[in-house]
Amino acid sequence: MNVAIARERLVQPQPGANHTELHPELSHAHVRFIGIGKTYDGRQGPVDALTGIDLAIQRGEIFGIIGRSGAGKSSLIRTINRLEQPSSGRVLIDQVDIAGFDEDKLVALRRKIGMIFQHFNLMSAKTVWQNVELPLKVAGVPKLQREQKVRELLELVGLQGKHTAYPAQLSGGQKQRVGIARALVHDPAILLCDEATSALDPETTQSILGLLREINQRLGLTIILITHEMAVIRDICHRVVVLEQGRVVEQGPVWQVFGDPQYDVSKTLLAPLQASLPEALQSRISAQPLSSQASVILRLRFTGSQAQEPDLGALFSALGGQVRLLHGGVEHIQGHALGQLLLSVTSTSLGAEELRKRAGQWAQQVEVVGYGI
Amino acid sequence: MGFDRLWQGVIDTFLMVGVSSLIALVLGIPLAVILVTSGKGGIYEAPTLNKALGAFVNLFRSIPFLILMVALIPFTRLIVGTTYGVWAAVVPLTIAATPFFARIAEVSLREVDHGLIEAAQAMGCKRHHIIWHVLLPEALPGIVGGFTITLVTMINSSAMAGAIGAGGLGDIAYRYGYQRFDSQVMLTVIVLLVILVAVIQLGGDRLALALNKR
Repeated sequence: MNVAIARERLVQPQPGANHTELHPELSHAHVRFIGIGKTYDGRQGPVDALTGIDLAIQRGEIFGIIGRSGAGKSSLIRTINRLEQPSSGRVLIDQVDIAGFDEDKLVALRRKIGMIFQHFNLMSAKTVWQNVELPLKVAGVPKLQREQKVRELLELVGLQGKHTAYPAQLSGGQKQRVGIARALVHDPAILLCDEATSALDPETTQSILGLLREINQRLGLTIILITHEMAVIRDICHRVVVLEQGRVVEQGPVWQVFGDPQYDVSKTLLAPLQASLPEALQSRISAQPLSSQASVILRLRFTGSQAQEPDLGALFSALGGQVRLLHGGVEHIQGHALGQLLLSVTSTSLGAEELRKRAGQWAQQVEVVGYGI
Repeated sequence: MGFDRLWQGVIDTFLMVGVSSLIALVLGIPLAVILVTSGKGGIYEAPTLNKALGAFVNLFRSIPFLILMVALIPFTRLIVGTTYGVWAAVVPLTIAATPFFARIAEVSLREVDHGLIEAAQAMGCKRHHIIWHVLLPEALPGIVGGFTITLVTMINSSAMAGAIGAGGLGDIAYRYGYQRFDSQVMLTVIVLLVILVAVIQLGGDRLALALNKR
């Protein structure tokens, strides 16, 4: 009989069930996606927006979802508060499957999940105060309690003096602050950010990201954000998943994905942040050595897996000859030093291949880009 | 043709337009809300109801007022007991004004950004909260503008009703101005109507502007 049961389990595996036994951390994940799929009825037949998404988001972390537009980020984040109903798979919040929730349960769930939006979505006919008060009002919270809570939150987001202003009178950053206050008014455990900084200028983006980081630390909130800007991920996320055409292509700690992206999508998304070869340099590099004295151009990548910053002295003496720094730099993400250096090595007796090997002792990835002209 | 008669005409016009527009307001807003929320992607999606209601509204919207008024005579008699006078005119005026206003209000409600509805759902609003706290307040300036247009159109229609015995300024213009060639009365009525429409339009515009916080 035991055999029969075991066989049945094999034939119809409970998605995720065995996983939990193998990975105990999954059993206390705050949000879990198990085999999430979403299919829309497009004009030319069904379109798969999401396919087989399996993710576990831990309590208290800032989790980033990045992808190009149309990658399915927006659909995915909306399955958490069921603004979007997945076509297949399950969403577990605190180990509870939310698929069967009726309107009352769903409303209760949504009050524990705040959400902010790219275009803020504030009620234009309501003042700042009324906008923040609205979620409490519809929940039937008594007036005195409402007043205290709204005052407290407007203070938290730094909008004390704007109670009676209408959204149209505010700047983009101020509007998003109202959005954040509104999202936090029910003391949620999760905050969803849907491209929350994409409509803001860089400076305002920084101040909003700073506020989100502060909220995460002070209130212990789990923050799940979607964005198409790698800088946002770099600045505040702990872990990141890269989505492409509705599938997870890469995931891990931010420093890892940034230091050593495995897939083209991740590389493309990272491109604006990475130092690419300046045009002036490109014209000075040829693919083949034009003379035996031609300098060798090396690109060294530091993926952050080493505890310390690159030791240049040791590197240079290993390479020998005259080493020039053409381009590059190092940045710190989550305490890991990531970056790349472009070096030109001349007057050395060593061949390009030997130089590459030697440099490989100091950098995680080395390639011979070409030869100097 | 004394001042009293003219004054009575103004009062009658006010009564006809006021009562029918007020009923249109009370009936038209719920009608517009049903039309919007039952539509595709609406919060109370119900395609059959939506189509049926839409067809019904279109039916009344497509009948010219003069014909509607005549066609409704038996119905009017059933409701108010007479087919003559101010109250008899209120029935067809209301039936013309309600779908007219409902369609305009529907457009305003439909223009409310879907993101706001999504935000309301995300913050834990039930569907009736969304109608009351989001759709109606956000569409209010547009609805006020639509009601102003309805009022002006009803003044127009009430004058037509006047011509077949409803009273009001239209009646005076028809009987004195047209049948007795009294161009002074005609001119006075025209001036009064122009003033009336101007005051309503200006008042409506001001109110809509004051309500619009965008």
